[in-house]
Amino acid sequence: MSLEIKYMVTIKINGKDYSVEKGKSLLDVSLALGFDIPHFCFHPALGSVGACRMCAVKKYRDADDQKGRIVMSCMEPVADGLIISTEDEEVKTFRAAVTEGLMTNHPHDCPVCDEGGECHLQDMTVMTGHNYRKFDFKKRTHKNQYLGPFVLHEMNRCIQCYRCVRFYRDYAGGKDLNVFGSHNHVYFGRFEDGTLESEFSGNLVEVCPTGVFTDKTAHKHFTRKWDLSNAPSICTHCSLGCNTIAGERYDSLRRIRNRYNQEVNGYFLCDRGRFGYEFVNNEKRLKQAFIRQKNNVLTPLAEKEIVDKIKKQLYNSNKIVGIGSPRASLEANYSLLSLTGTDNFFHGISEKEFQLTKMALKYQQHSGVRIPTMKQMENADVTFILGEDLVNTAPRMALAIRQSARNILNEDAGIRRIPEWEDQAVRDLGQLSSSHIYIASPVKDYLDDIAKKSFKGSYSDITALAAVIAKLIDKEAPEPPKHTKAIKELAREMADALKHAKNPLIVSGISSGDTALLQATFNISTALLKSKVNPMLGIALHESNSMGLALLPGESLQKASYTAKNENIDTLIILENDLYRRDDSILIDELIQKSNNVIVIDTLENKTTQKADLLLPASAFSESTGTLVSNEGRAQRFYKAVFNKNEAVRDSWRWINELKKIHNNKFKGWDNIDSLFYSLTDDIPVFSNLKGKFPDAGFRVLDRKIPRQSIRFSGRTSMYANLSVSEKKLPQDPDSPFAYSMEGFQENPPSSLVPFYWSPGWNSVQALYKYVDKANGPLKGGNPGVLFLDSLSSEQAKYFNITSNEPGITGKDELVIFPVYQIFGSEELSSEASGVSERIKKPFLLLNSDDITKIKASAGDIADLEINNTIISIEIVMDNNLKPGVAGVSVQLPGMPYLALPARGKVHIN
Amino acid sequence: MEKPLTEYITPGSPPLSLNEYRKAGGYKGVDKALKTMAPAEVTEMIKTSNLMGRGGAGFLTGLKWSFVPMDEKDKPKYLICNADEMEPGTFKDRYLLEGNPHQLIAGMIVAAYAIQAETAYIFLRWAYKKAEKTIQKAISEAYKAGYLGKNILNTGFNLDIHLHTSAGRYICGEESALTNSLEGKRAIPRAKPPFPAISGLFGRPTVVNNVETLSWIAHITNKGTEWFKNLSISGTGGTKLYGVSGRVKNPGLWELPLGTTIREILDVHAGGMAEGYKFRGLLPGGASTDFLIEDHLDVQMDFKTVAAVGSRMGTGTMIILDDKTCPVAFVRNLENFFALESCGWCTPCREGLPWIEKILGAIEEGRGKMEYLDTLKFQTKYLAPGHTFCAHAPGAAEPLQSGLKYFYDDFVRHINEHKCPWR
Amino acid sequence: MLTEEELNEIREEVKMYPIPSAACISALKIVQEHRKWVSDDAIKDIAEELGMSNEEVDGVATFYSRIYRKPVGDNVILICDGISCMIMGYESIYEQVKEKLGIGFGETTADNRFTLLPISCLGDCDHAPSMMVNNDHYNELTKEKVMDILSKYK
Ligand SMILES: Cc1cc2nc3c(=O)[nH]c(=O)nc-3n(C[C@H](O)[C@H](O)[C@H](O)COP(=O)(O)O)c2cc1C
Ligand code: SF4
Ligand code: FES
Repeated sequence: MSLEIKYMVTIKINGKDYSVEKGKSLLDVSLALGFDIPHFCFHPALGSVGACRMCAVKKYRDADDQKGRIVMSCMEPVADGLIISTEDEEVKTFRAAVTEGLMTNHPHDCPVCDEGGECHLQDMTVMTGHNYRKFDFKKRTHKNQYLGPFVLHEMNRCIQCYRCVRFYRDYAGGKDLNVFGSHNHVYFGRFEDGTLESEFSGNLVEVCPTGVFTDKTAHKHFTRKWDLSNAPSICTHCSLGCNTIAGERYDSLRRIRNRYNQEVNGYFLCDRGRFGYEFVNNEKRLKQAFIRQKNNVLTPLAEKEIVDKIKKQLYNSNKIVGIGSPRASLEANYSLLSLTGTDNFFHGISEKEFQLTKMALKYQQHSGVRIPTMKQMENADVTFILGEDLVNTAPRMALAIRQSARNILNEDAGIRRIPEWEDQAVRDLGQLSSSHIYIASPVKDYLDDIAKKSFKGSYSDITALAAVIAKLIDKEAPEPPKHTKAIKELAREMADALKHAKNPLIVSGISSGDTALLQATFNISTALLKSKVNPMLGIALHESNSMGLALLPGESLQKASYTAKNENIDTLIILENDLYRRDDSILIDELIQKSNNVIVIDTLENKTTQKADLLLPASAFSESTGTLVSNEGRAQRFYKAVFNKNEAVRDSWRWINELKKIHNNKFKGWDNIDSLFYSLTDDIPVFSNLKGKFPDAGFRVLDRKIPRQSIRFSGRTSMYANLSVSEKKLPQDPDSPFAYSMEGFQENPPSSLVPFYWSPGWNSVQALYKYVDKANGPLKGGNPGVLFLDSLSSEQAKYFNITSNEPGITGKDELVIFPVYQIFGSEELSSEASGVSERIKKPFLLLNSDDITKIKASAGDIADLEINNTIISIEIVMDNNLKPGVAGVSVQLPGMPYLALPARGKVHIN
Repeated sequence: MEKPLTEYITPGSPPLSLNEYRKAGGYKGVDKALKTMAPAEVTEMIKTSNLMGRGGAGFLTGLKWSFVPMDEKDKPKYLICNADEMEPGTFKDRYLLEGNPHQLIAGMIVAAYAIQAETAYIFLRWAYKKAEKTIQKAISEAYKAGYLGKNILNTGFNLDIHLHTSAGRYICGEESALTNSLEGKRAIPRAKPPFPAISGLFGRPTVVNNVETLSWIAHITNKGTEWFKNLSISGTGGTKLYGVSGRVKNPGLWELPLGTTIREILDVHAGGMAEGYKFRGLLPGGASTDFLIEDHLDVQMDFKTVAAVGSRMGTGTMIILDDKTCPVAFVRNLENFFALESCGWCTPCREGLPWIEKILGAIEEGRGKMEYLDTLKFQTKYLAPGHTFCAHAPGAAEPLQSGLKYFYDDFVRHINEHKCPWR
Repeated sequence: MLTEEELNEIREEVKMYPIPSAACISALKIVQEHRKWVSDDAIKDIAEELGMSNEEVDGVATFYSRIYRKPVGDNVILICDGISCMIMGYESIYEQVKEKLGIGFGETTADNRFTLLPISCLGDCDHAPSMMVNNDHYNELTKEKVMDILSKYK
């Protein structure tokens, strides 16, 4: 860790002295001190550009200066002795005039605007006191664009703060949104109507201070911010554990918004995380239990019969086998484990994924390498990404790494006295210099545009490159395989860069399915550790609880099917897992056939639920409470936002609780999530660190619960006034300290329990300023989540002898096929969300043009792809990033069977 | 009276070729600087000469250069000649560009040498088609003669000069917007600091100077600082190109000692008001300067003296308001221009100027209200320097605020009579 | 598709700058010089040539007033309505042209021969009123002179 030295200086604001950090912007420190300084173009993550002129304050030369002059606080570096006023009359008039100017063209459509009630412009209009409209001429108007399924566009509401393009282009690297025109006819949009291409487009909804960009998915079931019941939640669509806020009304999930966690997602989510939630409203949703009848048809099972049927099913069960899931909570998985016992619990993932995950976990725990938060990744000075297409497998991590590109500039900026936060100036300064990000991947990468070098090759090429680098860093590293001169040269440059880095970052993941690649990645890390460079290692896993599951005992799916071969399984319980996505269908079919009874617990109908003898409907993440462990080993709780009135739908662990009580009459059952969690932390040693780390259901602040709703003057909601004027009794939540109302403790709750951002005067998301001690700093009371694994790191890092490798080419018509993941489509649950499903591509096969010619095909043709005796018809897409002889196939997309990759395969056209 | 800048310019005939200009002694300043002076000495000399930038703001040229870091590692660095000249009423640079391009190139070589820039750009206004040709020709002559390219005059100094023609937009004249434009971007100004000398074109140390400023450089290295200082009346140094447009007998452009009075320029050189027209006021240095009136005619046209009476010398090209032109229409015309030419980046300018323009339109067309005048007055204060991101809007406010001051009755008459009294 | 000639000219411009995108404005001007205006397709072609997105090129194209993103006639007349020309009576020149061609500012004649646009200042202030037709400047205009000038353009 680089030592951060802070110099404090004293400044005077409104006649009072404050000690603040030198060199920050005045706006930044003033907001942190609690001053409500209006602003638009500033955003803590995007820095200052001084465009909107809203943040004006008075600056005085010295104590004798009575007049002072107006300066923009966002552009003013804090220096010792600075004297300012935020309340001077001239300044107040000026700010009101800025609002007045903005309002000359802003429509008065707040009642029909989705931003209404959480609008930064509304906040600022009230705050600056502009309330009488003098402008009596025509407003300019714009046409709106179709921007795809996620984002709605209403350009007339634009106040030209430029935040959208600064986020979309400068921060997220998007190219298809820009500003057009000039003077007071500037337009923010695309070149032509069409879907916004950036994987992070949804952040525009929160970045835009007005209603120009709003959430199109939420629009269909729109609810004002003040009417939402909220709960802190965790994104369930990849392994990174981004923090979210789930908002409910009328018993349904309405919206997902970003929940700030300085160390994890900061202010931003990816589009899969923001818009994937709608799977909970999908018609495939299981709303009741089903049982398989003699005629082999699954038919609905009445509520009162369920327990009877379970009893019957479990009655003769000696051998009960449980299949857990990387997308189910720790509690759900553990409850199943405790029912079946360790020997009969399996992780519900392929052998390959199981091994790779374990290997990653073991290396991370025992090498002493630093496991970075995403915030720390932003501070890397040299980064090397190997074979992991992050934007498609761990999108938010790719966005974090993009930010690291400018670290190299900050030093130069420092010499030239350009403060880091003066965003445009730093970007202008860096135009001719490149980042220190290196990428090695078979396909085009999201970060290629800013990479110093982006090496394109097969997994074995990447492995070779990594092995050479390790060897160059440390002579003791294993001998690299044969490699080309180009690889050698690149390796030299990179080894040199890594060795001299202060804060190097190595990144890979398990999506390649390539053991050798991962081993070679770890070897670079080991080589650095041995040369006394302290690297960070980021490994992307597959799912929201891949890490949590890996920490539990148990084996892979393949092992489960071996068991089935040897012994009869009386009851097979499959927890929140479509096994056909996880492993070969023959293997899964066999496992299911060998089991007398199959109980499946899940939220959505899928291929596996169709095989159930007893199908139990599980609540989704938004309707339950539980704990997930992210890829960095951070345990985080998500809380129930939606009260599910349908009692047939229950938390998975509550079903298993039933099963266990029936199976084992000594078992008293868990009363709530807390008692289950106590068993877990008592039972499984690695989790003992988590004991008492999450506020339990009995947690109160000054004897009061934490309200899920923000306060309003109207008091109760009268939600059902059309039915009855008396408020119904509010539902009780046995698993959390949250109340289903606006009543309870009114100040900031502990950071992990913040369900919404609101503060007097700040209805917009900017209310977040009141929840942190300083902009971009940790939440008051510390960032949510518990890192409980790092204490295990002790042993010396060791080298792997790179064992297996991606299949080399043998047959002359054969290609090496590697998996290509897609942000939209390769993850199961989000694919069932209506907006996301519109973005899913048809399955495709990426081929180099040479290989296309070789098989006498052309791009767009449907080819037969043959891998391990499976033949799939699939569309050919030309991609000359690939080298000849290597092909990529989209995996996990709807309609794609499970494929064990990388593998050798043949492509032909009939 | 010496007229170094225009000595070799004969309107209507082609400019001197490189050889002709060299024979006339035009490149002597280059030879002297590159062969006998260190870069820092050149900068020091320009500093001593007290040369003030002729682009409008009058910033000291030598001082500007001295901010450029001079370490080897600070390369590449750039020199930019600002030949955008899009301020209404301004046409002085054009005269130099068309009339004596080698004078500019010689100056640029010395300037680039002083800051050790190896690439220079001339950013030329789109409309100057003739200048485009003369400059292009002059540049290629200079390459052939070894004044540009590698190892100039065997001194080891390299310089390329490229000509960039603009695509319109007044804001391109603002040096940091110009920089963005040269980078192929929207011409939005940049925040200062960092000043271009620290981070300019492509983020590299850059000096931006006006055509007239740069045209002086080789003269000064050739003839010395004393000679330069003695050229002016007011002691500031040098001569100045003064221009007059509007209803005068003889509109035009003259090179006169810096500090010549407005009256002399107007009466002697421009021949006084045209037959049948009376003088009411003038903008001393382009559209973005404050009105001066009868009372100010004896003011010397120099940066300080004009500033002392509440205006700016700007570019030194005056626009005359006569009695047959409606002052409201005059100001409206200007504000129309400024509103249209706002880059759209900062709020006060982007939203304020169109409002002003709409009000002036309404007043001129007889739809004015008295409360509009309060709004106008407020807007001129609101668009003050420092309040906006760059100097465009404050410049736009100048003719309006002074127009309201000197011609207030005319505004009121429009409102009361519900029509323009001049129509 | 950009023509060979256009491409060559653009590539020549690119050499002037350390990064290709810096030649964006020049590329737009080159295309306009050849085709009178810059179509959506031309934006896409320029974007591809310079390694930029369509949005990046069009963001620049729409900023600058002298890049035409809509079709114009064979000849473009720019009548200066800047301050000096206003004082010197550009309005009567404009009226004359309007009457003669039957179009106002922002319009194109039915036969596509002329497009008429206002321009604020051409740098001919001491010889106002002035105008430009295509690349030619005309000064000290009178009603008669304007008629002569227009007849020169086919
Ligand atoms: C809106 C605006 C327009 C400007 N236009 C020009 C211009 O056309 N030509 C010019 O030389 N300077 C112009 N300037 C001044 C430049 O920013 C810069 O100060 C000047 O080029 C520096 O040259 P100098 O130091 O030689 O005077 C303009 C400034 C502003 C704020
Ligand atoms: S004052 Fe503001 S909007 Fe106007 S030109 Fe300058 S930066 Fe652009
Ligand atoms: S926040 Fe300071 S100018 Fe916009």
